[in-house]
Amino acid sequence: MSQIPIVEYLSLDDPPHLVANECKNCKARFFDRRNACGNCGTTEFQKAKVSSTGKLVAFSIVHRAAPTIPVPYISGLVETDDNTTVRSNIIGVEPSPEHIELGMALELETYELEKDDKGTACIAFGYKPV
Amino acid sequence: MSQPVWILGVSMTKFARYEDEDCVDLASTAALAALNDGGISINEMDIMACGSLFQASAGLGQQVLGQIGQTGIPVYNVSNACATGATALRTVYMSIKAGESEMGLAVGVEKMGKMGLLAGADKKADENVYEPSGRYGSVVSVDGILGTNTMPGVFAQAGMKYAYENDGVGFEQFAKVAYKNHKHSILNPLAQYQKEFSEEEIQQSPMMSYPNTLLMCCPTGDGAAAAVLVSDEKLKTLSAEQQDRAVKISASVLTSDPYVEGGQVQPDVNTLTRNAAEKAYEEAGVGPDELDLVELHDCFATAELIHYDNLKLCESGGAGDFIDSGAPFRDGKLPVNVSGGLISKGHPIGATGIANVFEVSTHLRNEAGDRQIEGAKVGLTHVIGLGSSCGIHILEK
Repeated sequence: MSQIPIVEYLSLDDPPHLVANECKNCKARFFDRRNACGNCGTTEFQKAKVSSTGKLVAFSIVHRAAPTIPVPYISGLVETDDNTTVRSNIIGVEPSPEHIELGMALELETYELEKDDKGTACIAFGYKPV
Repeated sequence: MSQPVWILGVSMTKFARYEDEDCVDLASTAALAALNDGGISINEMDIMACGSLFQASAGLGQQVLGQIGQTGIPVYNVSNACATGATALRTVYMSIKAGESEMGLAVGVEKMGKMGLLAGADKKADENVYEPSGRYGSVVSVDGILGTNTMPGVFAQAGMKYAYENDGVGFEQFAKVAYKNHKHSILNPLAQYQKEFSEEEIQQSPMMSYPNTLLMCCPTGDGAAAAVLVSDEKLKTLSAEQQDRAVKISASVLTSDPYVEGGQVQPDVNTLTRNAAEKAYEEAGVGPDELDLVELHDCFATAELIHYDNLKLCESGGAGDFIDSGAPFRDGKLPVNVSGGLISKGHPIGATGIANVFEVSTHLRNEAGDRQIEGAKVGLTHVIGLGSSCGIHILEK
């Protein structure tokens, strides 16, 4: 069964984790492909493994979205233990304010989102309470 | 120190959903009204800037001049997210400051109809075979999987981050912001909506992106605003009445967002606003405690609240207390968005950054009728467009 990560910055190596393009000069981290560093302008990068644990620093419970997107869901900003901010859905929690606490400890989890016409599984990630 | 630039005439159309009028009609209406307000002709304009987010590529500025006076002056069609109108105004301002022009016309316009959330999942291709594409090498649209791209959600997260970092901020405070702006709008005949809602009604209206309910979100809509700017030297040659009604632009500032960690996943709407505010206060020689009114970018209730802090209208970390104290209500210590704000006055994107200048100028001229803030002498306008761009103007009479 073949698999593909939803984005290239998700590594499916065991255990799955996020990988950033890290500026060699200033250590700024980016998830997109880079032309140069947005912080210092230099062009040398290295791959950096991002910590899979962190805390919730902001969220929204989204009730209105494009028709293909199931709602409600929790969108969150996660500050990892190595101080990298990641945006993702928060999973394994009821999407209502009383079940979500700012500052709560979270960890990365991957899951199969769907398969394409050739049977390749798209692996997505989210963060769930520790 | 170079000489100041003045607002000679300013106008806005009512914000609404127009069925028949197109952008050219709306922009021309606003432009003619601003020229008329300034007692001046299109023939006197040395430059024109026309702001529209969705139609800037259509040569809208030239089309407007085609309707109101095709004098051959340079036209700049500008587009800068929700700071588009402020950017048009500042384009004319810079030309006058540079000594290239004595007078100029800035117009902002947008026709949005019912565009909805302004972001969302892309359509999938017919054949579905995963192929990494784009800057993140994604194989499907990530909206709704790796968090939200929708505006109500992005600004909800901005507000919730503030709530995480500061005490006394939550759903009730955000609702109170919307309560205030809806209440203010009943005095503004140019507002898209003029209806008061109770705090309870706001909290119980349909949830868009917690904590932003429907009544905490600005509507989409249509409208235009325009301003005629004049150099100090030229103003002195005009009539006593024109000089008397002119409003001084004490500061005109535009910033983009500097690098911050996390900015790549959640646009940072704070730092560039703080930078712009600091520069504007310094340029004007005016402190936030000297402001009589503020029109700031309340695209969502969560946004207004954090900008109290970014613009230094309150103590650092004290935005929750600020709204709870009643300070930004029209009878409070520092009225904010007495027009009804984007939440109720409306937000035709290109028009917004000139419409707020219209609002503040009208108060400074003591011509705001029922919604006049008595004795207003100094005001600030603020817009921010995601991506990001922040425009601030400080106006004085």
